[in-house]
Amino acid sequence: MPQMNMVQAINDALRVAMRRDKRVVLLGEDVGKVGGVFRVTAGLFDEFGDARVIDTPLSEGGIIGAAVGMAMYGLVPIPEIQFADFIWPAYDQIVNELAKYRYRSGGEYPVSMVIRTPVGGGIRGGHYHSQHPEAHFVCVPGLKVVIPSNAYDAKGLLLSAIADPDPVLFFEPKRVYRAAKGEVPEGEYTVPLSSAAVVRAGDDVTVLAYGAMLYEALDASAKAQQQGVHCEVIDLRTLWPVDIDTILRSVEKTGRLVIVHEAPRTGGYGAELVSLVCEKAFYHLQAPPVRVTGFDTPFPYTLETEYMPLSHRILPAVLQVARA
Amino acid sequence: MSSHQGAAGVQEPLEVFRVLRDDGTLDPEHDPGLTTEEVVEIYRGLVLTRTLDQRLTALQRQGRIGFHVGSLGEEAAILGSTYAMRDTDWIFPCYREFGSALMRGLSLQKFLDNMFGNANDTVKGRQMPDHYTCREKRWGSISSPVGTQITQAVGFAWAAKIDGKDIATLTYFGDGATSSPEFHSGMNFAGVFKVPTVFFCRNNGWAISVPTERQTASATFAQKADAYGVVGVRVDGNDLFAVIAATRQAVERAARGEGPTLIEALTYRMGGHSTSDDPLRYRGDEQLEPWAARDPIERVRHHLTRLGAWDDEREAACIADVDARFKQAVAVAEQTPPPPLESMFEDVYESPPWHLVEQREQLIQGPRAPKSH
Repeated sequence: MPQMNMVQAINDALRVAMRRDKRVVLLGEDVGKVGGVFRVTAGLFDEFGDARVIDTPLSEGGIIGAAVGMAMYGLVPIPEIQFADFIWPAYDQIVNELAKYRYRSGGEYPVSMVIRTPVGGGIRGGHYHSQHPEAHFVCVPGLKVVIPSNAYDAKGLLLSAIADPDPVLFFEPKRVYRAAKGEVPEGEYTVPLSSAAVVRAGDDVTVLAYGAMLYEALDASAKAQQQGVHCEVIDLRTLWPVDIDTILRSVEKTGRLVIVHEAPRTGGYGAELVSLVCEKAFYHLQAPPVRVTGFDTPFPYTLETEYMPLSHRILPAVLQVARA
Repeated sequence: MSSHQGAAGVQEPLEVFRVLRDDGTLDPEHDPGLTTEEVVEIYRGLVLTRTLDQRLTALQRQGRIGFHVGSLGEEAAILGSTYAMRDTDWIFPCYREFGSALMRGLSLQKFLDNMFGNANDTVKGRQMPDHYTCREKRWGSISSPVGTQITQAVGFAWAAKIDGKDIATLTYFGDGATSSPEFHSGMNFAGVFKVPTVFFCRNNGWAISVPTERQTASATFAQKADAYGVVGVRVDGNDLFAVIAATRQAVERAARGEGPTLIEALTYRMGGHSTSDDPLRYRGDEQLEPWAARDPIERVRHHLTRLGAWDDEREAACIADVDARFKQAVAVAEQTPPPPLESMFEDVYESPPWHLVEQREQLIQGPRAPKSH
């Protein structure tokens, strides 16, 4: 089985989808000749041509608005937003249009697509190349939000998302784009949406993480084990609709919960996860849940490793919850 | 200011393309060549549209419907442009074009079901009145935020072009929407990729209370096309025949692979923005007078009367027919129950995920809201 990093695995998924279905088109800034600023679409322009791998004018709202029209026609557009930080001009088209089309048209226009966008910090990108804005999207009725942490899942989740009848926002954690390497099958396979993965089993503390921070959670969990605390680490993979059963099964076993995410804490996705666990498994909890997150500041450039919820901040949180 | 490609060839910036003369005859050079029967058919649509506007406004004042956004004074611009599109083309509406939807084939009953938001509403009571849809007639879905349909119309036509099909789109918007990012992006994408979209700007003078001169410092909206490498045409929007001729030329241009056209239709919003608006707060009735003198429906009527194809008797019968159909459709719509509770959770996703199943149960098992309205 070939070894791939996440960039190669996503590229492979796009190629598989484009080969089997000529309705699939890619559009975005720099996705064509140069193959994307992270080279995720490398080689696709040469194989599929400029009508299917389209370098667009620099307008995120225009890209998503046009993609909505393409999907209404019956194409399967996969627009790229070059950095998640640049998604805001398209927010209206995503939230008010794409995510609402099926509902507001009484089911006459079920518009779906996968919007791919690199996300997250740790690449010395400063505020405008580092944000992790999932909280602004998991609260949007009609959207699904997905984030893989490794190459195998990236390809399988992307192929699931492309086949899904609903619009999917597909975050790609760019900090581990090339670092997360693994075996990736050739050709078709899928990883189902709304299915979390228990990536490390343990009885003491449940740790929920996703994207690049999964590796930080795993690192902290390995260190916690040296101190006798056994974490169960869950890679959520789909943020919404989240795999609530896997979360509850784990929390009912451990009674202790730590949530890790890069985005600011207040109003962050962790708040929703804590609420869900409290509503559905409160009497299983043996300690207050703890969130290890970015701070409620803009994302800083020079101090980014201090801002991010890396292993050195997760470990004390895990130990605190375990011993509470 | 440079001249630009217009409906009648090269058009000077302030020139307005007209076909229907004041004496009721047509400029033979640009006459779109409709039969008298075809003109009568469109005229009936104009009368239907205006009569419905009046009746729906009355229903709103009686408190029987919550809202109506009308097209008083803009009927020829709306119906003429829709008439000129081929059946295989798609319409991406704003929210002021119910005359277009009815012309395409949305039934009066379905339209009124939407006005009442009942169980038979095409959008299942999920949107305000005047936000119906009609996919089977290749007619889009309505969003209240201004301009959002413009880039979508471009994407749809672009997809057809990629797919090798001869399909164009027409998108409606008002002068206010030319200030939106979607107008810019839509025009720009369409220009760059030579997309077969007709951008139909109803320049009706107003965006709620804000006049045209607060939307742009340009002398015209049509000339904005030049900057995008798009053909721009300025047309008398109260001239049914000019609107048809200009729109047909735009569709032909699109079909030849020559890309998009921006049509600025000069017309006037004779009513308020909607039934929620009071235009006397920002404009005087005297501002309506020059436009009332160029009423788009009166002008077609004059043309038909001159041909002996219309008279007061036929006018009265036409309005009586609209009233009878309207009364019947209102009676049915008013008697139709609201959408069922569980429909609130349908179509959010193709099938409801666990959280919507859970919330649907909570709603159904929980207390009902007081019947205040």
